Amino acid sequence: MSALITDAVSWALLAAGSLLVVVGALGLIRMPDFYTRMHAAGITDTLGADLILLGLMVQAGFSLVTVKLLLIAAFLFFTSPTSTHAIANAALTAGLKPRVAESPGAGKGSAAPEGGEP
Amino acid sequence: MFTATMAALLAAMILALGRLYLGPTLYDRVLSANSFGTKTVLLIGVMGFLTGRPDFLDISLLYALINFIGTIAVLKFFRYRTLGDRVGPSGDRQ
Repeated sequence: MSALITDAVSWALLAAGSLLVVVGALGLIRMPDFYTRMHAAGITDTLGADLILLGLMVQAGFSLVTVKLLLIAAFLFFTSPTSTHAIANAALTAGLKPRVAESPGAGKGSAAPEGGEP
Repeated sequence: MFTATMAALLAAMILALGRLYLGPTLYDRVLSANSFGTKTVLLIGVMGFLTGRPDFLDISLLYALINFIGTIAVLKFFRYRTLGDRVGPSGDRQ
C-alpha cells in the first residue's frame, strides 16, 4: 500500500516539475526581452528543478541517494541565483537596456528601448 | 514516469538550444547555456533513476559545479577580455 502512495506522490511531483521545466523553456523562447527571459529561466532553475529532485527523493526513500539529491538541491539553491545575478550584472554593465514600455501619452510602445517620438 | 520526465527535459533542452541559436545578444546565449546545463543536471539524475544506478547522481552533482564555473568564466572573459591565467611580460597576471 505504501509503495502505491510513494509512487503516486513522486509521480505527481515529477509531472509538476517537468511541466514547470517545459513552461520555463517555452518562456525562454517567447519572452521579448533579455531581462524577461531571465525570469523564465529562473522558473526552471528554482521550482522546476526542486520539484523534480523532490520527486526523486520521495522515490528513493531514506538512503544515501537521498543525501546526494539533497546535496544537488542545496548546491542549485545557492548557485542558481548567483549565476543569474552575475549574468544580469554583466548585461547591465555592458549597457543592455531593458525594454521599457512607453509612457501612456507617447502613443504605441515602439520596439526600440529608447522610444521614438510619436 | 521517468521516461515522461526525461522526454519533457529533452524538449525543454531543445527549446533552450533554440534560444541559444536565436539569442540576439551574448547574454541571451549565456543564459540559455546556463539553463541548458541545469537541465542536464536533472536529466542525468533522472537517467540514473531510470537505469537503477544511483552513482549517476555524483555525475549530476559534478555537472552542476562545472556548469556554474563555466557560466562565471564566460562572463568574466567577456567582461575583462582575459581570464587572468596568463603571465604578462612584466610578470603581472593578464
